[in-house]
Amino acid sequence: MKKVALNAAGLLVALFAAFPVYWMISTSLKPSNEIFSATPQPVPTHPTLAHYREILTGNLIPGVSFFDFFLNSVLVAVSTVVLSGLVALLAATAVARFRFRLRTSFLIMLLVVQMIPLEALVIPLFLMIQRLGLYNTLPSLILTYLGFSLPFAVWMLRGFVAAVPKELEEAAAIDGASRAQTFRRVLFPLVAPGLVATSIFSFITAWNELIFALTFINDQGSYTLPVAMTFFFGRDDTNWGPVMAASTLFTLPVIIFFLLVQRRMVSGLVAGAVKG
Amino acid sequence: MTTLTEVPETAAARETPARRRRRVDRLPYLLLLPALVIIGVLLLWPLGQVVAMSFYRLNSVRQLRGDREWPWVGLGNYADILSDPFFLTVLRNTVLFAAANVLLTMVLGTLVGLLLNRLGRKMATFVASCVMLAWATPALTGTIVWKWIFDDTSGLVTWLFNALPDGLSNSLFGRSDWTGYGWFNSPLLFFAILTLVVVWHSFPFIAVSVLAGLKSVPSELHEAARVDGASPWRVFWKITFPLLRPVFGILIVLSTIWDFKVFTQQFVLAGGTQDRPTFMLAIYSYAEAFSPPPKYGLGAAIAVILTLILLVVTGFYVRMVLRQEDES
Repeated sequence: MKKVALNAAGLLVALFAAFPVYWMISTSLKPSNEIFSATPQPVPTHPTLAHYREILTGNLIPGVSFFDFFLNSVLVAVSTVVLSGLVALLAATAVARFRFRLRTSFLIMLLVVQMIPLEALVIPLFLMIQRLGLYNTLPSLILTYLGFSLPFAVWMLRGFVAAVPKELEEAAAIDGASRAQTFRRVLFPLVAPGLVATSIFSFITAWNELIFALTFINDQGSYTLPVAMTFFFGRDDTNWGPVMAASTLFTLPVIIFFLLVQRRMVSGLVAGAVKG
Repeated sequence: MTTLTEVPETAAARETPARRRRRVDRLPYLLLLPALVIIGVLLLWPLGQVVAMSFYRLNSVRQLRGDREWPWVGLGNYADILSDPFFLTVLRNTVLFAAANVLLTMVLGTLVGLLLNRLGRKMATFVASCVMLAWATPALTGTIVWKWIFDDTSGLVTWLFNALPDGLSNSLFGRSDWTGYGWFNSPLLFFAILTLVVVWHSFPFIAVSVLAGLKSVPSELHEAARVDGASPWRVFWKITFPLLRPVFGILIVLSTIWDFKVFTQQFVLAGGTQDRPTFMLAIYSYAEAFSPPPKYGLGAAIAVILTLILLVVTGFYVRMVLRQEDES
């Protein structure tokens, strides 16, 4: 009896969590007359890929295709992930492995910078980007998202680094390995799963961001996907079929990436919470 | 035998790196350098700029470019904001929204975490996978989907309310035809839907973190308590909660920071920055700075106020985190 109640509660939670995603995909597969019928169909009765064809073959904005925007977003997100992973790993090693004078101050700073409302930084960053001659370029976004994702990435990774037994590094040191060698051959491979997990945060930060992408890029050919979608979505009469198809294509890479790394990510987060 | 041979070895192993570490004292700073430069240049320096801007009257792009003077107004922007009754509305919106969302997210997330811990293996995997979907969905598309669910003509919610028996619908809400009903028009309904969207996005993180915390707690403790006849409520408050206190601490801090700063969901749900009655600090700051006529100085001052509030609210927890640091 109790088991039944627990399972029922589980199903309810699953339904609440997954339904919007299901509804997005389901709507994207319905022909327009089914989408706008007064009675919503739980399952597409005449599934069609027409909305996907419209998105993928046509131009989302005159002259620029969905694929161009997608590529821009991939470029920005992947660069952000790689750079922030590298820098975060170095910093996480410092705070997890060494006791030094500024360690506590650095940790406080990591917490404090996460309280800055990032939208507030639009103007100063915009001026900086202009002065650097990066206005209208994708590197302007890569640089910005690197700054945004780094504090949390360091915070998360230090849990993973702390979880690697010190004895392994010490053994390598006895065998005559230099600090750099120990770092590269012992610590890095063991932290790699944590690095993959951390990368999802940087990826989502870069993949999702809208306001800075809207401000720093004026040239439509360099729009990222969120910006393109906002334009597409903001037309007078929302055409939900193509919008849901675009949303699905936008969401799927994140979901796939996410499901691959979630287990490690969670253990790292909690490790970061309970031990230095 | 083996212990005899191992003991001197480990002792030696402990000694050498310790000595090494003392010698290469500069190494941690070297490792920190790239992160420090990036955070300094991309977060702290602009933050300093925003603080500086908040002391000037900045109303045109040409001032930002440096073509025109920046008139110093001191605390004038702050005085303007704090004396504006609208600021109180915005502050009330922000605080109530954040409090409600942190509470709801924490309660729902914890309950789901406890549930996942009790479910059978297969069921737990299934539910956890579904929960992951909500977590993984980007704020942008997640919000667009909810907007579609609340669409005033073909949305699911409109249909559900239309499907209610007319008499019941009439006596409860005073209307039976919901087609064309603006779900986002009244501030209260808007906030309810925004809460739904934000909680939907953020409870999975809490649930999964609580679950991971529970997994690290020896289950014997719970079993012993249950055998002794303690109610689930008592088991939670007397055993689970104290053991997970550090995890809860961190989760509350992060949720508070995130919920005070909700932006994308509100921006998309409200369709921009026109819906002033539903403003919260983050979007208020952005709207003041950018919607014509631009008031960059005023927007900056609001952002500084928001940051200060977050610092005060979370200062307590920052101290707690640091105390943990010292213990470890």
